Amino acid sequence: MNAPANSGRRRLLVGVGSLTLAFSLHPAWAQEGGKKKDGGLPGSLEKEPWLDAWIRIDANNAVTVFTGKAELGQGIRTALLQVAAEELQVNPDRIRMVTADTARTPNEGYTAGSHSMQDSGTALRHAAAQVRFILSGMAAGRFQVADSALTLRDGVFEAPGGRRVSYGELLAGRQLHLKADGKAPLRPRAVHTVSGKPLRRTDILAKVSGGIAYAQDLRLPGMVHARVVRPPSQASRLESVDIATVARQPGVLKVVRDGRYLAVIADGEYRAVKAATLLARAARWSVPASLPGTRDVPAEVRARPAEAMPILKRGSMQQDGRTLSATYTRPWQLHASIGPSCAVAQLVDGQYTVWTHSQGVYPLREALAEMLGVDKDTIRCIHVEGSGCYGHNGADDVAADAALLARSYPGRPVRVQWMREEEHAWEPIGPAMLVEARATLGVDGRIADWEYAVTSPSHNNRPGKAGNLLAATHLAKPFTPPPGKPIPQPEGGGDRNAIPYYVLPNARVTHRFQHNAPLRTSALRSLGAYCNVFAIESFMDELAQAAHADPVAFRLRHLDDPRAIDVVKLAANKFGWGRGKPGPRRGRGFAFARYKNLAAYCALALEVEVARETGFVRIVRAVAAVDCGEIVNPDGVRNQIEGGIIQSASWTLLEQVRFDERQIQTVDWASYPILRFNQVPGQLEVHLIDRPGEPFLGTGEASQGPAAAALANAVAQAAGVRVRDLPLDRARMRNA
Amino acid sequence: MSYELQVNGKRHRVDTDADTPLLYVLRNELGLNGAKFGCGLGQCGACTVTLDGAPVMSCIVPVSVVGARKIGTVEGLGTATQPGVLQQAFIDEQAAQCGYCIAGMIMRAQALLDQHPAPSDEQIRRHMMPNLCRCGTHMRILRAVRRAADTLKAQDGGGRS
Repeated sequence: MNAPANSGRRRLLVGVGSLTLAFSLHPAWAQEGGKKKDGGLPGSLEKEPWLDAWIRIDANNAVTVFTGKAELGQGIRTALLQVAAEELQVNPDRIRMVTADTARTPNEGYTAGSHSMQDSGTALRHAAAQVRFILSGMAAGRFQVADSALTLRDGVFEAPGGRRVSYGELLAGRQLHLKADGKAPLRPRAVHTVSGKPLRRTDILAKVSGGIAYAQDLRLPGMVHARVVRPPSQASRLESVDIATVARQPGVLKVVRDGRYLAVIADGEYRAVKAATLLARAARWSVPASLPGTRDVPAEVRARPAEAMPILKRGSMQQDGRTLSATYTRPWQLHASIGPSCAVAQLVDGQYTVWTHSQGVYPLREALAEMLGVDKDTIRCIHVEGSGCYGHNGADDVAADAALLARSYPGRPVRVQWMREEEHAWEPIGPAMLVEARATLGVDGRIADWEYAVTSPSHNNRPGKAGNLLAATHLAKPFTPPPGKPIPQPEGGGDRNAIPYYVLPNARVTHRFQHNAPLRTSALRSLGAYCNVFAIESFMDELAQAAHADPVAFRLRHLDDPRAIDVVKLAANKFGWGRGKPGPRRGRGFAFARYKNLAAYCALALEVEVARETGFVRIVRAVAAVDCGEIVNPDGVRNQIEGGIIQSASWTLLEQVRFDERQIQTVDWASYPILRFNQVPGQLEVHLIDRPGEPFLGTGEASQGPAAAALANAVAQAAGVRVRDLPLDRARMRNA
Repeated sequence: MSYELQVNGKRHRVDTDADTPLLYVLRNELGLNGAKFGCGLGQCGACTVTLDGAPVMSCIVPVSVVGARKIGTVEGLGTATQPGVLQQAFIDEQAAQCGYCIAGMIMRAQALLDQHPAPSDEQIRRHMMPNLCRCGTHMRILRAVRRAADTLKAQDGGGRS
């Protein structure tokens, strides 16, 4: 017996006799299909090859496109829509997009690492092209014409003489349950009507008008509200708690205690908040001194053991010339989402449904199944947008809270939102890092040798395992977090972008990986690239100065990739680099990186003014140049780059998690300030280099590293002193 | 306790605990999603609404102190199909990434434009300072407020001259 899917496939193939003919007519198309060199399928088609997993067309010609990637506020829903609309030749407003849902969409892992356009965009492009190609063959067969005689508009073919047939009519309710082959011809850029043009984001209308736009806005029938009471620190022990008083509060439906996991469920949201406050007061904890404190971050990072992993050994060291060395550090930093994490879960008839803004609904489902001790098929995780996450924030953890509380209060949807203090104190933190760089400057003004070591704990403690879920570690039968792992090169974790993109014939680069960290760490946007690009590009400026070379000219001297050279020159030209001199207390800085050394190129020039008395750094103007391959949505790219620069400026100028020996002290926006309107750049320009035909390269993480380094370089010139420890906050700048 | 609230020009009667912040009443009792919970501490502005035209952080205003003052939320400015001037300006500038802060930004900006229809760029920056955006959409938000001010000026000039 064949599975229904296979019999469906056979039925379809019987109905499309012209298909093989159509393929054999165009053998040359195979080479345009974008097959990878290793023979694998393009993008995520490698993992999910069935066309009808990506694209479904109903008999009434309604088109639904599926992606395993999630809208995180980065605009991916719109960009993927453009890619599919372009290749399908269907108006974008007629396409329904279904994003990350374990019951409906392909498993594309995490929406992370600026991978969505490469993975899902590439997959959708080829899937859509193949669907169009097959349907074109079917239409040609139906009308007995060559498919070149057909015109296609909004999913309707027209043959000479005005005969018409739509995608939906051709399929008549069947779906294309065929495997992708990556061979269908892609529409060349010159004829594009949707991709490569600005398209307004599909999600913004609801966001400016109070629509249901976020997990936080879900209001399901019979929904109850819950809040969690966390320990003062991960090492704290619960000595005692008086549950009875809290249970008697108005509206309280249930008080949950499981080990040191405490929560309340109430009939109203603010009643849950109040009851949780009472419960927190009713709990007695012992809080051991388990943390190193943050008085001297560099010393603390250096003191922790690390395993040295060489990631580059090229040529020989000890070249002749002048040697420079420097140490750079980055403190503990937060995602600090504006909206605290939120999830809704319900347990009905043994089936869990979890509405979550997790970046990975499938891995989350694995972790929840382990935590709950149930089969993963009894859990459905549906992505609903949340506040921007910028990596692994509290999204998965609050989904675990909601699932646990749904289990203890079955039948009703349970909504949990974290409080501000929880998000700041308990989100997985971007790790503190330390870079030690040494280089020899040859007599020819080039870098003769380069030695670099970056020390960092794991940037990847995402779920997949129950131990990665905060709540699971607090239960009476606790789950233990699995050991953090390094992410291998070429992408890297703490060592992401640790290998310079410059031509360096003699170089050693080492990743000193720390198996343990005093705090839970995980992926914060761009991972180690933020600190490594800050360090490398600061050091490049220090070397340029020692070589009496212009910083831009010095970089160009060490670059051989034409695309890298193009973005450096474009940013320098648009900024007016080298023209005029900055005024007093002003400085200019430049930086460049290619994200992960294999994704988008970004160069940045900016000018700052540093106030002597207050140490306040004002960004006068910033100019960025970006090459992210073929551009799908230019305005989307600009938005990502602008946001990346401003967020990085916030990290770089202001942000540091502080903790004493017992607990985290930065638990709100007063103790952990971020950039406000008074400190954002006076002017910010983003210039794009479009590369039609080149692979899509994501842009969500391209600008953070360069922005940090350009700022540091500009501040060094303005203040006359180089500060190598982040952040460049007022206290440091006053003392500089 | 029972309270009568004037929200976006309509009267509503709500039954809720006296200490409930206005934010929770707007969201959960009246089903208005615009104002968002960001911190509950009056530090971020995601919950910004207007009270008699002045911007307030609704997460720290107990419902019992609102009284007869007129409450304005982003839902009162227009709809997705018929956006108000500021909403349209945010759409035109694509001034959002995650957008969680945006309804609060719009309401703070509305309070400015109500008082100062022709603000300077510096005035806009200063006025918007209490509200936080984490995605780094600031430049677009500033442009959107500028655009709305210019639109209102053009409308006003066209209408009255």
